[in-house]
Parts: sequence; C-alpha cells; structure tokens
Amino acid sequence: MNLSLLVILPILNALLLLPFKEAKQVRLITLAGAVVQFILCFFLLYLFWQEKTTGNTSLMLFENNYKWYAPLNINFHTGVDGISVSMILLTAFVVLAGILVSWKQEKLSKEFFFLLLFLSAGAYGFFISIDLFTLFFFLELAVIPKFLLIGIWGSGKKEYSAMKLALMLMGGSALVFVGLAGIYFNTNINGAHSFDMLQIAQSNISEDIQKLFFPFAFIGFGIFTALFPFHTWVPDGHSSAPTAASMFLAGISMKLGGYGCLRVATWLMPDAAHHYSTIIIILACIAILYGAFATMMQTDLKYINAYSSISHCGFVLLGIGMLTQTAITGAVMQMVSHGLMTALFFAAIGMIYDRTHTRQVAQLSGLLKVMPFISAVFVIAGLCSLGLPGLSGFVAEMTVFMGSWQNADSFYRIATIIACASIVVTAVYILRATGQVIMGPITNNDYKSLKDAAWNEKLAAVILITGIVAIGVAPFWLNDLLRPATDIIMQKISAITK
Amino acid sequence: MLADFFILMKAELVITLLIFTLLFLKIGNKEWRNESLLNIINLLLFINLLSGFFIAKEGTLFGDMFRTNELLRFEKNMLNLGILIISLQSYHWLKQHKHVPEFYMLLLSTLLGMFFMISANNILMFYLALELSTIPLAALCNFDLHKKIASEAAFKMSISSAFSSGLLLFGISLLYGTTGSLNFAEISSQLNGSPLQLFSFILLLSGFTFKISAVPFHLWTADVYEGSPVAVTSYLSVISKAAILFVLVSVLYNVFQPLGSNWYNMLFVLSVLTMIIGNLFALRQQNMKRFLAFSSIAQVGFILIGITGQSAEGSASVIYFVLVYLFSNLGAFGVVALVSSLAGKENIDDYKGFYTHNKLLSWVLAISLFSLAGIPPTAGFFGKFFLLLAGAAKGNYILITIAALNMVISLYYYLRIIKAMFMDENKNPVEKINAGLQPKLALAICMIGIIVTGLISGAYNYIYSLVK
Repeated sequence: MNLSLLVILPILNALLLLPFKEAKQVRLITLAGAVVQFILCFFLLYLFWQEKTTGNTSLMLFENNYKWYAPLNINFHTGVDGISVSMILLTAFVVLAGILVSWKQEKLSKEFFFLLLFLSAGAYGFFISIDLFTLFFFLELAVIPKFLLIGIWGSGKKEYSAMKLALMLMGGSALVFVGLAGIYFNTNINGAHSFDMLQIAQSNISEDIQKLFFPFAFIGFGIFTALFPFHTWVPDGHSSAPTAASMFLAGISMKLGGYGCLRVATWLMPDAAHHYSTIIIILACIAILYGAFATMMQTDLKYINAYSSISHCGFVLLGIGMLTQTAITGAVMQMVSHGLMTALFFAAIGMIYDRTHTRQVAQLSGLLKVMPFISAVFVIAGLCSLGLPGLSGFVAEMTVFMGSWQNADSFYRIATIIACASIVVTAVYILRATGQVIMGPITNNDYKSLKDAAWNEKLAAVILITGIVAIGVAPFWLNDLLRPATDIIMQKISAITK
Repeated sequence: MLADFFILMKAELVITLLIFTLLFLKIGNKEWRNESLLNIINLLLFINLLSGFFIAKEGTLFGDMFRTNELLRFEKNMLNLGILIISLQSYHWLKQHKHVPEFYMLLLSTLLGMFFMISANNILMFYLALELSTIPLAALCNFDLHKKIASEAAFKMSISSAFSSGLLLFGISLLYGTTGSLNFAEISSQLNGSPLQLFSFILLLSGFTFKISAVPFHLWTADVYEGSPVAVTSYLSVISKAAILFVLVSVLYNVFQPLGSNWYNMLFVLSVLTMIIGNLFALRQQNMKRFLAFSSIAQVGFILIGITGQSAEGSASVIYFVLVYLFSNLGAFGVVALVSSLAGKENIDDYKGFYTHNKLLSWVLAISLFSLAGIPPTAGFFGKFFLLLAGAAKGNYILITIAALNMVISLYYYLRIIKAMFMDENKNPVEKINAGLQPKLALAICMIGIIVTGLISGAYNYIYSLVK
C-alpha cells in the first residue's frame, strides 16, 4: 500500500468541497471521505499485521522513497512501524468522530471542514514521514489551520488563544528546526548530509553534538505536547476552540509532539536522551502534579479537561524519560489512550454546551435525568481519565508505572511514586465534576426540556468508546503492535546504558 | 559578430525596443484609450517575457564589460515576469492615469538598468547601470502627481540614492586605487585584505545594503514605500531588491571571495540587525504599505543568512527565495493595490471583516502572507528553510536560532492581518471588489507560483544546477 494515499485523500477531499455551496453537501462529502480514510487506516492495520505475522522484520514497512530536493538530499520518504500505525489509527478515530460531532456546523461550514481535513492531512503526513524534512513540513502544516479554526469558530477570548497557540507552536517548530539542522549537518552518509531517519539512526552522531541539539529537538516537540513550563497554550487553546478542533488539538496535535520526542529526539540522539533523562523526568513530574492540582481549581469543563491533558501528557514524557522498553511502550499507549479519551471528553463537553450554553460546573446539575446518553459518555470519559481498569487509561498508565519502576535507582522510584500519587488528585477532580454535572437534582428548569444526543453524536461517541474499550479490555494487541518498534528504539538506548 | 551582439544582448534590446515603441505611441497623432493602450502594453510585456526563453548563448561583449549566461538569463526572466505581474496588477490605477506611456517608459528604463547591472562584468559598468535603474525610480515614486506625500517619497528616494551612490563611488575609486583595475576578475585576483581594500569594501557593501534596505541603512524605506503609488512600491520592494540581490550574491561570491571571512562577519551582524529591527518595526505598523515595507526589510535579513552560506547551496537558496518572494510579495501587493485603488483604503484596520464580502481575495492575501511568513505548503516555507539551511552549513547555530525565533515574531504580524480579515468584526467592511480580468490574471500567476515552486522541486533544482 502506498502510504502517500493517507495524505492525498484528505487533501483531495478538501479540494472537492470547494465547488459546493450548501452545508449539507459539504458535510456529506467530508463524512464520506473520512469514512473511506477510516477504512483505509484499518486496511493498513490489516496489511501491517499480515506482513508482521509472515515474518517481515524490517524497520519500516510499506516504504516509498521519492526524490524531492535532490541537491540537498531531501526525499519524500514514507514508511510505518507499529508506533506510527497506532498513531494513524488514533488520527482516523478522532477525525471521524470530530466530523460527526460538528455535523450541525452552520457558520462557514465549507471553510470549517476544509481546514479540518487539511489539519488531518498534516497529522497523517507527520506520522508516515521517515525523512525529517517531510516530518517538519507536516508538523508546521498543522499549525495554521488550528489558528484559523480557533480564531474563526471559537468562543471566549478566541483571538488571543489562537494567536498564543500559533506563536507558541511555531516557537516549538523553530527550535525543532535548529535541532534538525544540527542533526543534518552532523551526519555523514557517503559524504553527504542526510535527513533520512533510518540512515541517521545507523550513523552515530557524536555525544557532544547530541547534547547540544537534543534540547532543541526535545523542547521543540515538547511544546507541542505541553512540556512544563511551555504548557501555557494548552488551557487557552483547548477551551477557546470549537468542539471538533479541541478534540483534534488534544487528541492528535499534542501527540505530534510526543511522537517527535520519541522518534526524533530519543531515537536519533540516545546518548543525549540518557544524559538529560533526569531533567525530563523532573519536568514530567512537575507537569503531572501541576496539571492535576491546577485542574482541581477549575470551574469550566473545558479548562478541566485542558489542564488534565497537561497532567496526562506528562505521563507520556515520563515514559520517554524513563528509557525502559516497558515505559516507552506505555508512553505510546498513553498517547493513544489519552487521544481517544480526551477527544471523547471534549465531545461530551461540546454536546453539553450545545444544549445548556454553559460550561460552568456550578451551573450544571442532574443532567443524567434528561440526557442519559451524553451523561454516560461523560462518565466513561471521566473514568477512563482517572484510570479505571477495563478502560484504556488504566492500561497505559499502569504500563508507564511498571516501566518506570524497572529502573532500580531511587530517584526514578521517587519520581514514579510522585506520578502515581497524582492519580488520587485526578480521582478528586473527575469525581467532583461528574458528581456535580451528572448527578443530583435538576436545579435549572430550562434543562428539563433538553434533548439527548442525536444520531451523529451517538455515533461519534460510540466510535471513540469502542477504541477505549478495545485497548482497555484487550491491551495485548496494542502491545504486540508496539513491541517490535520499541525494540528498535531500545537497541540504541541499551547500547549506552550498558 | 553582429549576430552574437543581438543574441547576447537580446533581453536588453527587446526592452529598448519596447521603450521606443512606447515613445512613438506617445508622440504619434492617434489618441489612445487607456484601456486598449494598457492591453497592448501588457501583451508586449508578455511577448517580452516569452522572448527571454528562446535563443540563448553564453558570452561576453564590449571587451569583457558585459557578460551573459544561463543563470543571468534566468534572473532576467524572473524580473520580466515580475514586471508583467505588476503591470497587470496596476491596471485599475493606470486606467485613470493621464500618463500611461510615460509610466511604462520610466519603468522599463529602470528595468533596462537592472538588466545591465546583472550582466555587468566591470565595476564601472555596474555603476552606470545602477544609476540608470535608480534615477527613473525617483520619478516613478512621484507618479501620483497631485499627492504631496508622493513628492516627499520621491525626494527622499533621490536624496538617499544619491547618498548611497556617493558611498559606492567612493568605494569604487578606492578599490580602483588599490587593485588597479575595474574588471571584476582582475579585482578579485588583486585582493589581499589590506586595510584600504577592506575600507573600500565596506563602502561598497554599504552602498549595496542601502539599496536592499538592510539595517542600519533602511530608514528611507518606509516613507518611500508609503508615499509611492502601490505599483511603484511593489516594484521597489520586489524587482529592484531582487536585481540588487542577484548582483550582491554574484559580486560577493565571485569577486570578493578572497575577503570571505571578513564579509561573513559583516553579513552576520547585518542580518541579525535587519531581522530584529525589521520585525520590531513591522509589529506596530497601521498602514498596509508601511507594514509590507518593514516586513520586506525583515525578509532581507533572512536572505542575508543565505548569502553567508558561501556555497552553491547558499546562492541557489538566495535566488530561489527571491523567486518565491516575488510571487508572495506581489500576491500581497496585488490585493493591496486592488483595495487601495477600488476601495481607497490602505490601513490594516480597514481590512477588518474583509472576508465577509471578498472571500477569494482574502484567501489570496492570506496565502501570500503565509508564504511570506514561511508556512507550509506554500513556497515560502521551502525558501526560508533552504536559506536557513544554507546558513547553518557554516556551523553558526546562533545565527540560525536567532533567525528561527525571528520567524516566530514575524508570524505574529502576518497573523495580525489574517486575524483582521477573518476574525475581527466590522460594521462596514470593504464592499465586494470587482477585480477585473487583468489583476485576477496577475493574482492567479502569483498563487500558482506560490504553490508550484515549493511543492515541485523543479525550480530549486534548476537554479542549483545553474549556480553549481
């Protein structure tokens, strides 16, 4: 299968929207395209599975390498391993659910869906890239659509949030650029510099160089995934964005950063990753605790989810910083799990907001009685967030903790305990919000006439819940998918630690 | 021999022919309607552009004073394309103007000067060509004859160019004194880095930086850009800068190569200053033309980074970026020209709510600004990436980090315009603008250029093969 299809399809879909005027036609075409893409992603999973079971052990599957800027040795090089496949599946889930949730989008619907599709093309492209130039290209491609989505369709102080998000993410990619340039000029493959990750991974960059450029790459990607202290765009951006864009931001966009931290920073510069692991872990622990405590103080549902995203993405960075195979597998699992869970959470919040026109916890109550379906979705998302066994959150966080504990050193142990402790805080804010919003008597009489979820909202929720439960109940398939890929990353790391 | 003369100087001769055709049109008895006159001129400019692609030869003329090769031909074609786009864009403005043939005569004279400048192989020839390209420009700045601000712009333009010419001439005479030659190749062989030579080089470089409005020689830019008609402003910011940059790259790389380590440091300081100051001033501008003026100053800072690469990648990235910049900046100026001439509005605040009635034009301006800011998938992303990559090859990562962070600052002010157009509310936004065929054609060329030159690597690879 040619992986470029994953990028071309959403772009063609977006271009196809241009001649149509009516919102109905636009959303039907978008949905049709997204469904095809969804099936395509599962087909990719199937093919990937088949290749792996027949014993294909190559690093990347379905590789395609097209010459692009030949004088600079830049190629359009695509390929996937287990990590990329799981991220691609996540993208497909979130995009489809996001389109379903924004079914009633009336204001400038053509532009809205156009940008959403464009954004998804950026994410797909990012996950299939092997060449660092194409990776960077798609990373930046996904920034401006977010700016427009938040600024045009958002709520609250949308312009401020949109600008803050765009500038901070561009700042992140500026740092990534310096890191990539450093990697590029310090590789020498047959006398030429290279952006090709497979080639770079084989050539050894000297340790001093790694130490110099690792912070650029890691912090750059880290800004995307809410690395403390560069997380400030997250609460504003998420809470001002329209529902679909929040889902996309928290569900996929933050994962671009995690994926980059792992694939580019850690895999290509393992010595430096080892050298800086203490700092990464400290920052991750701060993010986890700070995010959790900050969430407790929030009164707006979207802010609650946004701050808890900071806390949850801290687990991703913690897993990467721990540098054991289990922890890294857990980090990727957490990315997938958090992507699905947070998208579901934002979808539920969006549904509630559409009906009650408020997101303030204090003003909401007793929704279970009038909107049983939406309330159930809200509860499931909440429980997944606090790590209830049987849902994906538990599996992912458990794997991260297990992996972290494998480091015998007491520093790592203490960090793990601190991170574990945050779960209690999570339980506090999730249960409190759920109790207030879902349970209790209906205080506002206007709420009594509210309608439950429509078919599109139900479908979106079911899609995301399927993913969450599939990982929660049967985590081994995800584990099997990720294991060979993390093996390769571990090979480079264990060569140092020994 | 004569055949050689015609083929080698083809581009210049065609332009000269055009100038004389216009002169005869002007002094002839027939009264031309402006619309038909403009269509004829645009057609002629198109033919002029096409003629650049056929029958080429490399060689020198006039005892090594004038040279041409495929790279120079390509650069001239770029300028021809730029002139055509500007001419199409200023259709509405010129339609109401009384002096259309004069405008084009002056415009083409400066273009002729730039062609000679690009082809110059002798420093005196270069100076002559530079003057030919500058003096008509001062007249062009004042082409909105009834506006006081235009005369002010023209006055500032002529004084500052006279000053920079003075610097250049001083540098040239000192250089002649120390090397004993005016020929580029001979100058290069005589360079040994003596203090007097360095001094003369600094004077020369100051003259150049004056023309490309790099900091600290940028102060004339904003006022001149604001006062001039939009067509002239876009000409100044794109064509005239492009020509000087081409010459600057070729002079630094070929003639002053022996002083490479000296000018590397100078360009380092200049580019950092230019980026930062250009960006900081652009942040606060309210007038669209002033805003684009300062943003173009910042762009020059990035281009200087590419030049510091001192490699084939360096000059390829500069020429490629100029091509991209031509499309992007002219795309932005095209919309500004339409809004200015048809709605009479030039302030950023006037663009609030622009999207309500002008969807297509908003996207055109947005894509052009994204390209200027270096956002994928526009060509600007590739241009900036290659410039910085060429600069990074020297191992100066401080410069690259400063530049990368400056790109973030510059994104802020470009997004300000996007925000005004798409997000801000306005009670009476700009009415629907009926652009007409010619400006639409120009904008279409720019859009195609912005998308195609980036995603398809042909343009860069071709330029690289030429400079190598």
